[in-house]
Amino acid sequence: MIWEVFRRERPGAAFEHSGSVEAPDAEFAEAWAREQYGRRGESVALWLVPRDAVHTVDDWADEFDLKYRRVDGYSIKARLKEARSRVGSTERQS
Amino acid sequence: MRSEQEFLEYVQGGGQVEATDWLPDEYRAKLVKFVEMHANSELMGVLPEREWILRAPTLQRKLALTAKVQDEVGHAQLIYRVAEDLGKPRDAMFADLLSGKAKFHNVFHYPTKTWGDVGVIAWLVDAAAIISQKALLKCSYAPYARIMKKICWEESFHILHGRDVILAMVTGTPEQFELVQEALTRWWPPLMQFHGNPIPADQDPMVHWRIKSQANEDARQQFLDGYVPQIRELGLEIPDPKLRKNEDGVWEYTEPDWDELKHVVTGHGPKTSERLALRARFLEQEQWVREAVLAA
Repeated sequence: MIWEVFRRERPGAAFEHSGSVEAPDAEFAEAWAREQYGRRGESVALWLVPRDAVHTVDDWADEFDLKYRRVDGYSIKARLKEARSRVGSTERQS
Repeated sequence: MRSEQEFLEYVQGGGQVEATDWLPDEYRAKLVKFVEMHANSELMGVLPEREWILRAPTLQRKLALTAKVQDEVGHAQLIYRVAEDLGKPRDAMFADLLSGKAKFHNVFHYPTKTWGDVGVIAWLVDAAAIISQKALLKCSYAPYARIMKKICWEESFHILHGRDVILAMVTGTPEQFELVQEALTRWWPPLMQFHGNPIPADQDPMVHWRIKSQANEDARQQFLDGYVPQIRELGLEIPDPKLRKNEDGVWEYTEPDWDELKHVVTGHGPKTSERLALRARFLEQEQWVREAVLAA
């Protein structure tokens, strides 16, 4: 059985995926993980998760082109340039 | 990514892939071979130092050396796990190691004659290794790159420990200084061979797939740049009359013996068979532990 190991480096830090161990149960997994990912004080906590229990989501459809909801949906460079060049010109007054 | 071309462009552009991604067969084969050799080197690499645990000069040195050996075996565990996930079972890797089909690094095929050798290994062999391992932080295979972070962190302690051992001896008696000089003279040729022949980056299949991000010669130049001054400032002499830094910043040196490198890593080093026999004995002796644990 494969256990994914997530490591927290210091209090408040995110748990970061670090590797995995092979062990028949949680007790053995803990023993290996303590030894391999925490014996030098490099972790304040570990999460051990059976690989099969991880539900992965990695397909992100964007059929409707929803870019207007994100920063990369806007390119203001050209418009900003034009707006700046109009300041003080006669075009605005007419 | 479904085509090899697409994959190649992605990794050559600095992209990283995960275990669950589709990997071209050739990439997987090259990667397993590389990762397996690295794991084997960590596992075999503790044997030259292990021989000195019982003979360490002080209790503190004995404890530090034991901790280093424990670290290196831990690295082997992390790296074997990566190779297993790529599809090669651990038993098969051990079998290939023992039969000589799989390789391990040249430096671990040599004897550790004195305590001076232990210092030189911990300082300079680990320094050479950390240069390669730091470059692997950018490896195209992300799970391998991630464990390298932890490995590099631990190697830093090894280098400092090695340097401390060396400093204690070069500031000691003339006999102690001589032990370090002799060890350095013995280890210099294998150290210069360590990063491999100067194959151009665009012809190195490992660079092609971005498994490695650094050409062999670049790694060696980085090693010389960092460590030649540190060696010389201690009054030690590097046994290469041609060694010098050119005005363009490139180190010139006597061509390492590439035939020796090939001969040694293909299983003909002075200590190869003895160390493999020891590894075989322990694997057999501890087979029951692996069986009991995995059957639990």
